[in-house]
Amino acid sequence: MDPRRGGRAVSDPKVRQVGFFAPGPDRTQSVPLESSSSPVVSDISPSGNSLSPVMIPPPRHASDTHILLSGGSRPVPGFPPVASSPLRRPSSDAAAHATVGSYNPSEMFASESGSEFFDDLSEVVASPGGMGRVRKSGSGKFATSLPSGGFDLMQGKGRNDGVAMASSSLTAVPGANLPVGVAEKMHALAEVQNEPPEDAKAIPFKEKTSKAERRAIQEAQRAAKAAAKAEASKAPAAASGAVASGSAKQAKAAKASSQIKDNASVVVSEKKGGDRQSEKDRKKDVPHPRMQFDDKTRVEKAKKRAVVKQTEARNRVELFRHLPQYEHGTQLPDLESKFFQLEPMHPAVYKVGLRYLTGDICGGNARCIAMLQAFQEAIKDYTTPPEKVLGRDLTTKIGSYVSFLIECRPLSISMGNAIRFLKNRIAKLPLTLSESEAKASLQSDINRFISEKILIADKVIVKHAVTKIRDGDVLLTYGSSSAVEMILLHAHEMGKKFRVVIVDSRPKLEGQLLLRRLIARGLNCTYTHINAVSYIMHEVNRVFLGAASILSNGTVYSRVGTASVAMVAHAFHVPVLVCCEAYKFHERVQLDSICFNELGDSDAISKVPGRRDINYLGDWTSSGNLQLLNLMYDTTPSDYISMIITDYGMIPPTSVPVIVREYRREHLWI
Amino acid sequence: MDFQVVVLAGGTSKALVPLVSKEVPKALLPVANRPVISYVLDLLEQNNLNDIIVVVGGDDAAVKVGGWISSAYVDRLRVEVVAVPEDKGTAGTLRAISRRLTASDILVVSGDLVSDVPPGAVAAAHRRHDAVVTAMLCSTPVSGPTESVSAGGKDKAKKPARCNIIGLDVTKQFLLHIASGTEVNKDIRVQKSILRAVGQMDIRTDLMDAHLYAFKRCVLQEVLDKDLDQKEKFQSLKKDVLPYLVRTQLRSAVVANSRAQEENGNYKMPTQQSQVMLSQLMANASTPSFHELFAFGPNGSARVPKRTHKCCVYIVPKDKYCARLNSIQAYSDINRDIIGEANHLSGCSFSPQNNFIHPSAELGSKSTVGPHCMLGEGSQMGDKCSVKRSVIGRHCRIGSNVKIANSVVMNHVTIADGCSIQGSVVCSTVQLQERVVLKDCQVGAGFVVTAGSEYKGESLAKKEKNISI
Repeated sequence: MDPRRGGRAVSDPKVRQVGFFAPGPDRTQSVPLESSSSPVVSDISPSGNSLSPVMIPPPRHASDTHILLSGGSRPVPGFPPVASSPLRRPSSDAAAHATVGSYNPSEMFASESGSEFFDDLSEVVASPGGMGRVRKSGSGKFATSLPSGGFDLMQGKGRNDGVAMASSSLTAVPGANLPVGVAEKMHALAEVQNEPPEDAKAIPFKEKTSKAERRAIQEAQRAAKAAAKAEASKAPAAASGAVASGSAKQAKAAKASSQIKDNASVVVSEKKGGDRQSEKDRKKDVPHPRMQFDDKTRVEKAKKRAVVKQTEARNRVELFRHLPQYEHGTQLPDLESKFFQLEPMHPAVYKVGLRYLTGDICGGNARCIAMLQAFQEAIKDYTTPPEKVLGRDLTTKIGSYVSFLIECRPLSISMGNAIRFLKNRIAKLPLTLSESEAKASLQSDINRFISEKILIADKVIVKHAVTKIRDGDVLLTYGSSSAVEMILLHAHEMGKKFRVVIVDSRPKLEGQLLLRRLIARGLNCTYTHINAVSYIMHEVNRVFLGAASILSNGTVYSRVGTASVAMVAHAFHVPVLVCCEAYKFHERVQLDSICFNELGDSDAISKVPGRRDINYLGDWTSSGNLQLLNLMYDTTPSDYISMIITDYGMIPPTSVPVIVREYRREHLWI
Repeated sequence: MDFQVVVLAGGTSKALVPLVSKEVPKALLPVANRPVISYVLDLLEQNNLNDIIVVVGGDDAAVKVGGWISSAYVDRLRVEVVAVPEDKGTAGTLRAISRRLTASDILVVSGDLVSDVPPGAVAAAHRRHDAVVTAMLCSTPVSGPTESVSAGGKDKAKKPARCNIIGLDVTKQFLLHIASGTEVNKDIRVQKSILRAVGQMDIRTDLMDAHLYAFKRCVLQEVLDKDLDQKEKFQSLKKDVLPYLVRTQLRSAVVANSRAQEENGNYKMPTQQSQVMLSQLMANASTPSFHELFAFGPNGSARVPKRTHKCCVYIVPKDKYCARLNSIQAYSDINRDIIGEANHLSGCSFSPQNNFIHPSAELGSKSTVGPHCMLGEGSQMGDKCSVKRSVIGRHCRIGSNVKIANSVVMNHVTIADGCSIQGSVVCSTVQLQERVVLKDCQVGAGFVVTAGSEYKGESLAKKEKNISI
């Protein structure tokens, strides 16, 4: 088993990457990741088999067990003699690490980072992917015993993320042992880790291996005893040796920025319970930040809660099973028939939800504005029920609206930010205000958000971007972005002479609408499909793209196909300018387009409307062997982006974290 | 959800004459032992629509219907029964109650609709497109093979004339053309402007108007107040109002002012410019229907958009039941369906043998009640009877050796020994004396059929009733 695994890591560099990646540092990361994680999962855990091999985050506890077992059962070359018991050894390390974790400065981050609900949500959302990856890559390292590889990874990540990662503490890594490896991976994935690492420079680093080992064994034994006690007294968690971190984890394990401590505590709980901890207890322990739609039991539960009855599609692509996908056409009739039964839903919200579901409204800005206006209506008609406080009741009301909208279509990141803003405003309402005043102030807040963050932002973007258009330019755009459209129209009105190439793609063909509007205004346009982008790129001077969101590592999250356009432009040395309002920025870091994405209607790609003669797939779509994938978004790595035009000016993609930070602060001020 | 419901219960319909009378207005005609209007009211109640205006033609009928509703739905629904003169037509009826309409949208349901289609579906389609009117269309009933041979004889000649011609757009969401019943034999005139704007139109004859509409209130009131051509107002929703709205959808004269008002009231944006920008942004983001494309001219450059409005349809899906009780044929069809395949509508639990026999009903020895039958409360049946696919009402007294098949027998009917009834409708308090044979007949209320007589395909009613026809 061991030789095979070792060999595989070297000889089978099967890299499954979705999305577009710079060749250098990322590769080092993804190789060990793939090679290590798949054997771990598939060999050891029968339950883990269904998980796709890359980075779909499994439930935390389960895979920790895998690591535990795998780490223990094989002799680790860099770390030879002492470990004989599979249970003790890794757990001992964990214990050693746990102490480190509990003193870690990242706790500060945890407490500092957002107190508001949506903040948490987004971070929660960010965390599992990171965790999964970290864990797996960590164990992979142990398997191949290539600590230097881990170091590479870390560095690469640091660079890639544009995060000021002080690697000084991590130079200790190659000498250090297993827990350090874990810790360092954690660092690598922590989001904004520009904290000086002195505190993190940890106790185990200084110690000799053997000593640490001995101490770890001791700790483990002690902890095992404690755990046994805890089990007996039916105290589910927190009773272990590392109480501090354990309880801290329960409290706010969801925080992505507290990953270090978090992981430590996970390992701790592993140690304390080993495999004995019952499945139930574990489930209680582990926070599930975001629905993973490959988890059957949870999907069942969610279905019971759901307002809209949803039939899930059967043939889903394996890699994307964690994303929701429903049979097309099952949601709408059900939602329609419940029109009068959804009593608490405000008609305006209902209408917006319906229009999301049917695809009548699409585009980040429009969806966001539609939602905010619906909320505005709902607030206008809102009256606080007796014996309730406006602040709290309205928050739950908005929450229920939001979950309804999510059922209609997953939220976009821009909508998430807007909701966060609104909830924040509600929470900050002074108690002295009367109900009508409070409502009026909220309505005007929403108006302000729409006009300042979206409309004025767009104007500023247009003003900046127009300076980049010169006479005789050939500009290329992909799909239909409202910001880009405004830029083009404005430049045309200014009398600049330029030509526009609109690149479009099936199935939405949004570009045609843009084309229609541009031509009506008298612009010179060329229309082509994305298949021809490499041909047309020769003549293009600049590429203007829109974005659904920009993440803090500079990755642009946008309509699927954007990444390929950006990549081709990059290859042709054509500057790529991304136009995006700052309210769409998000502190999440995303390296691929797998973890978070949206699946569209698969019928849209299997059928060509109006062309019966080429509908070859016909009724094959029900065949079990055919899986259709209609992804909605992709991520463009920052390497391909020359400049981001936002309402704060024109910035390089590496400056996104600054905007995110500053913008957030301003959020609180409004 | 800001909808108001109006149920048009009608008066005493001419099409159903031997069945309805002064005593039994159309709304109270029993279908599977329940008045037909109860099906609509139950449907509305299931959908949380508890405030209902029921409009009845004729004062007597209104008193009867109101009395029944208040006894049956006490504490459950808030129903307001309004009487209007009988010959006003559906549009006239609505005009009469026009001041009572306050909600932003009005749901108009015909009282003779027997359906399980949630009205929410129509309302949702209406709201989604911000339509002026949304009509529910169901597929035209295909009468069962046995019925069409027997009772359908009279209808057969009518049938080709009765079918409606309905033009839909490709997505089956918008109504482009509607011509009902009488106009069919002429050539169909389709408006060029609509055809040009849409590009492609599906013309269908297998759909019919189910008489469930969602109207925008302001538009409805405006249209109702409008004069048609010469001083004459709109008579019928189906024949005048709906075709009018469909015809004028690309040169609308109704909506624009009201909508503009609404939007200005709702969102006050700081400046005019950003208001324009906002509406532009929203308009660009949504997929335009042909109305919008048309409004902005052939190349989208029109500065002042043309005024249009949308007429939507909701087509009843195949798995739902939807029928209208507007003829005798339909009456027996609906009865058959409700005790047959659509028995979830009947409101009683059918036995495993697929029939419903009220516990207080008494059966003589060797009497059999087959599947798809319903036997009302307190009915008595003698020996050696057989009942197949029939509805028998309350407190009927049926003698021995009676055979009833494919028929509807209403309440308090006395049937003497040895009768045979096939494919017929026997109204309340009818007496059938010994050895009467009825085939495909309708017997009006209170009629006495003398012993030994045989009738086939006739409509029997009391003398004065016959004169009135």
